[in-house]
Amino acid sequence: MNNETMTYDYSVVRQFAIMTVVLGIVGMLVGVFIASQMAWPALNFDTPWLSFGRLRPLHTNAVVFGFGGCALFATSYYVVQRTCHTRLFAPALAQFTFIGWMLVIVSAVITLPLGYTSSKEYAELEWPIDLLITVVWISYAVVFFGTIAKRRVKHIYVANWFFGSFILTVALLHVVNSAALPVSFMKSYSVYSGVQDAMVQWWYGHNAVGFFLTAGFLGIMYYFIPKQAERPVYSYRLSVVHFWALAFTYIWAGPHHLHYTALPDWTQSLGMAFSLILLAPSWGGMINGIMTLSGAWEKLRTDPILKFLIVSVSFYGMSTFEGPMMAIKTVNALSHYTDWTVGHVHSGALGWVAMVSIGAMYFLIPKLFNTEIYSKKLIETHFWIATIGIVLYITSMWISGIMQGLMWRAINADGTLTYSFVESVQAMHPFYIVRASGGALFLTGMLIMAYNLYKTIAQGKAVNAVIPEPAAAH
Amino acid sequence: MSDFTSEFWSWFIIAIAGGGIIWLFFLLAGTNRAETEEGVPTGHVWDEDLQELNNPLPRWWLYMFYFTLFFAIGYLILYPGMGSYKGLLGWTEVGEYEAEVAAADAEFGPLFEKFEKTPIAELATDEAAMNAGERLFVTYCAVCHGSDARGAPGFPNLRDNDWLYGGSPEQIEATILHGRMGTMPAWEGPLGGDEGVNQVATYVMSIAGRDVDEKLAAAGKEKFDMFCVGCHMPGGTGNEALGAPNLSNNIWLYGGSPRSIKETIAKGRNGRMPAHSEFLGTAKSHILAAYVYSLSHESD
Repeated sequence: MNNETMTYDYSVVRQFAIMTVVLGIVGMLVGVFIASQMAWPALNFDTPWLSFGRLRPLHTNAVVFGFGGCALFATSYYVVQRTCHTRLFAPALAQFTFIGWMLVIVSAVITLPLGYTSSKEYAELEWPIDLLITVVWISYAVVFFGTIAKRRVKHIYVANWFFGSFILTVALLHVVNSAALPVSFMKSYSVYSGVQDAMVQWWYGHNAVGFFLTAGFLGIMYYFIPKQAERPVYSYRLSVVHFWALAFTYIWAGPHHLHYTALPDWTQSLGMAFSLILLAPSWGGMINGIMTLSGAWEKLRTDPILKFLIVSVSFYGMSTFEGPMMAIKTVNALSHYTDWTVGHVHSGALGWVAMVSIGAMYFLIPKLFNTEIYSKKLIETHFWIATIGIVLYITSMWISGIMQGLMWRAINADGTLTYSFVESVQAMHPFYIVRASGGALFLTGMLIMAYNLYKTIAQGKAVNAVIPEPAAAH
Repeated sequence: MSDFTSEFWSWFIIAIAGGGIIWLFFLLAGTNRAETEEGVPTGHVWDEDLQELNNPLPRWWLYMFYFTLFFAIGYLILYPGMGSYKGLLGWTEVGEYEAEVAAADAEFGPLFEKFEKTPIAELATDEAAMNAGERLFVTYCAVCHGSDARGAPGFPNLRDNDWLYGGSPEQIEATILHGRMGTMPAWEGPLGGDEGVNQVATYVMSIAGRDVDEKLAAAGKEKFDMFCVGCHMPGGTGNEALGAPNLSNNIWLYGGSPRSIKETIAKGRNGRMPAHSEFLGTAKSHILAAYVYSLSHESD
């Protein structure tokens, strides 16, 4: 074997890892800005391009597909190589996925503020960009599954099951939901109409959460927690059960976004019943993550990377409990359309997705540059600032959301509504300020991370690690 | 109407939903049955040191999983979910809504019936009725007319005692119940373009008592008397029967700047007050009429 084939292919991993941090900062900056607009509406400066309606999809696209997407590309390309003991399949195609994905993100940054949107939540990008996403995604699948196919160990590691199901399902979701009839270069109409369109959209929307933001990040968890804790995964059989149960059950949960709407009764009931079933498969992942630490609990005190990883799994457990509860119709009647939903999403997005990605990047980036982290103390600082930020964010949205729901339904002795809508908006104001502060803290943490990793990269050197021989089967 | 185009799709739903739940039972029971001990690795090793134990499924987790499966089965027996099967409780979303509305009508109906029998001018002095009226107004009317009822461009101010369609109790009630369509045609063409529009706008401003170019206003008056008097009446005093605004009181529905007035004349305007009789019913409309009446008769 020549030198080239004896080392892992880290170059595309490095690119995605660095862009994870960059796009995290960009997306969260937009998030803090629009959160401030909610508190101080004058911040839209009477400019259409800076209005909340256009920047909100920019925020969600930048954090979900920019930050989250890059974290998934980086970690999956790294993990699939390391656990298959082989280089990436089709490295040129892997390089294309990076360039293509960056083009998608740049297109989003340009078109969304200009007002081009398909108006489908989390799928706002117009049809030419959708086509590019499809091409990139198929290339991603070819690289990932091609690497699996040429693996040098017989068993496929659990993280790769989750990455694989994430890649396959997102391809299906994206193609079905974004099917549209173009009428001009940047305008198209969905091929679905009415309530079918709404159902397809939330089938997509909830499974974007289930497979992009859950299955993919469970893949991250299954590699980086046992690696960082230096402990074996808690239970193989638990991972089998919760993998299949999760993959099957998530697909049904979308209708809970459409409770008490024109969606037929039977669809709503099925959505609610399967959303409740989803609690156990989700918690299976949490148990496997946290219990992997059993026998090494003392590491939590000294290892800030492990703190990020374990706290992320705890937030995962919390939001996957909250989700099924909110899917119950009577709870949903109160929570739907309120800030509670926003708080729930962010306990998952900041607490779970961002924290696990941040932990993985602190582990990964020094390894990619063959060095140690510049400052462990700054990771510790980042951890506490981020955690306080999340807690402020979630608690303020819980209070304001439940208050909103109660104010909307409060009635007087004569049956008239107690509060006008604008009174409920006024009551939100202090909580919007707290939420914006929580977001600002989280963003500050990201800036500390960027500085720490910049210093780390500056002291290191891009080196591709040598591929070790697979361990002999026992 | 059935949600399904044929019974096949109903059975299709039942098969995959019911089959899915049964499959989850087998998945759990099957995985749980195989013997295993705590703390024993599977023997697989990846990436030098990645290993897995094969610990048994935690009991509490397993029972929780079974509980949610049983809950789902119970729920899908009681409620509609399995295709076209209606559920033992006969629950429907529309049925729940109608029951809630009926309960509210039974509770609050008598009070509103009493209000409905009271004449509007008298009801406008009834404190309980006006409290209800204010809440109804901020719920249903404030979106256009503003929480303080002072209106917005295109939406009349309801406190200034200037009325497009008349301010008597009966006229206000008719406006709320049946709605109004206000149409001002576009006059750019008939007036011969910018110059004519400018002349008429100047005359209209002079009626409202503003200082204007006398010559322009005189030319505008000629055109006004030819085209505009039909609705706005000589001297621009307006006509409640048509909803044509009074132009002499310096109150402007679409803005009183020279630019806005010219735009109104050149391009025309369309105003729509929706009908509320079916949406709110006669009793609430009656209370709202009294509330709106009270806004400009607070000293009465």
